[in-house]
Amino acid sequence: MSKYTTIVGLEVHVQLATQSKLFCRCSTQFGAAPNTQTCPVCIGLPGSLPVMNREALRLSLRTALAIGCEIPPLTKWDRKQYYYPDLPKGYQISQFDMPMSEHGYLEISDAKDRFETKRIRILRAHLEEDAGKSSHDESAARGDSLIDLNRTGTPLLEIVSEPDMRGALEARAYLDELKLLLTYLGVSDCNMQEGSLRVDANVNLHLDESGERIATPIVEIKNMNSFRAVERAIDYEAIRQYTLWQESRQKIGDVPKQTRGWDDAAGMTRGQRSKEESSDYRYFPDPDLAPVRFSSEEIEKSRNGLGELPAALRARLQSEFGLSLYDAGVLVNQGRELVDYFFAAVGQGAPAKAVCNWVSQEVLRVLKERELGIDAFPISAGQLVDFIAKLESGQLPSSRSREVFDAMHSKNQSADQAMQKLGIEEVDDSALENLCRELLEANPQVVADVQGGKQQAVGALIGQAKKKNPNADPGRVRGICLELIGRGL
Amino acid sequence: MALTTEEVEKVALLSRLQFTPQELASLTAELGKIVGYVDLLGEVDTTGVEPMAHAIELLNVTQDDQTRSSLTREEALANAPKQNGEGYLVPAVLGD
Ligand SMILES: [Zn+2]
Repeated sequence: MSKYTTIVGLEVHVQLATQSKLFCRCSTQFGAAPNTQTCPVCIGLPGSLPVMNREALRLSLRTALAIGCEIPPLTKWDRKQYYYPDLPKGYQISQFDMPMSEHGYLEISDAKDRFETKRIRILRAHLEEDAGKSSHDESAARGDSLIDLNRTGTPLLEIVSEPDMRGALEARAYLDELKLLLTYLGVSDCNMQEGSLRVDANVNLHLDESGERIATPIVEIKNMNSFRAVERAIDYEAIRQYTLWQESRQKIGDVPKQTRGWDDAAGMTRGQRSKEESSDYRYFPDPDLAPVRFSSEEIEKSRNGLGELPAALRARLQSEFGLSLYDAGVLVNQGRELVDYFFAAVGQGAPAKAVCNWVSQEVLRVLKERELGIDAFPISAGQLVDFIAKLESGQLPSSRSREVFDAMHSKNQSADQAMQKLGIEEVDDSALENLCRELLEANPQVVADVQGGKQQAVGALIGQAKKKNPNADPGRVRGICLELIGRGL
Repeated sequence: MALTTEEVEKVALLSRLQFTPQELASLTAELGKIVGYVDLLGEVDTTGVEPMAHAIELLNVTQDDQTRSSLTREEALANAPKQNGEGYLVPAVLGD
């Protein structure tokens, strides 16, 4: 029994895959030269008027429905006011008390059963604009910071979970599942390096102190640049908070919520300048933007167009095709195209488990090595089915299957062509028996050993058999030899 | 409604403004008058009136997601108090 439970809630900011910004038509393309994608609206010049991007609304609605959110009858945008150099208007257009969606959930499970399948409740998902970027030349000591406003006004969907995760493992599972879902939905490229997906974590501890349930103060962790960093930061923070609790005995409410930044190189969180003074954002409805009402037709249309999502797909692979949760996860994590390849092969009669094994091991290996997508994979689903059938019937010895597989994808050959080129043909039983008899006669010591009870002595003959006939199947050679010895040759 | 000096000080801090004690005193009085004027609205009986999210009854004002040309960098930076031809220069932003 652990001394404490780590409680985690996550705020995920997802950049939506629109061409233009949320309230102006400047490009959202990543990587452009600084300050070449701005206009009077996104740099907050007087007299400019923001107008809502219809595609951003569509993508938000699609995501909100996929995470099981309710869509309120009316939604509006508010100004969240604070002063920061990367926020040219002096306020961020966000959503305060009437978010576009609320009360959803995401189910997480673990193929290795390290935690039980559970629903993580989602408090809300709201649509807001991104800020710009500031950079500071460290070498310039006290020099100026450079502000690039290209990113200002890019649409972000902020997905706020309830504090339903217990520890880093569940937080990681939630992030992996959310990212996979967003990828299936096609609403974001989810590229963490380019900042398309950003995560803040709220962490505190629950502990039992002589029968009393105690919660420690909540700490918000920022600046985590990978899912791995999120896991490490949570693990670090739990230990730090437990140590601090033992010293200070501070409970939730005793001190204001603290913000700490993750330092990945140092492997620790550091306290950030208190923003207590600016915690009063003085939200008020943005008078420049009209509220939005999603019609029920629009909501139904969006819901019907979600397609088969990862959780449903995994469930189907398990129930209809008998795959394990782990195997289903491996296929689904690679994207819908790979799952479709699996379906195509199974649909042509190949056994699901065999197809799954070849796809999740050899096919994925080759795709990775050759940096290909499944759409460009040289072995068609039909050819894979043919290959597996030859293997299952014994026409292709399993010991040589990898050679054939490699020839098929590297030389664009069919299973038949590859086997022919490699000189693989089925060795019939009588030929194999003759071969075994020859070997046993030449190796009386092996025969004596087996008769003396050491069956494994036969192993010494398998290498010799393969030298004499590369198509000899090791399993069959072993079986026939034992049988012959048993019959007294 | 009368504002207190503390309230005005807080709003000034949030707005990154600094005032002398004299300015603070006169602003407290002036702001108090403005807020008092808006308070007049409180005299209207709104019993049974549904709250509005916006001053005008418009909904769903949207545009297609089609990019248009942006300002040139020279234009964008033209009014900056300090810039280096690439971006706006501001006093060092350190940490976060
Ligand atoms: Zn713009």
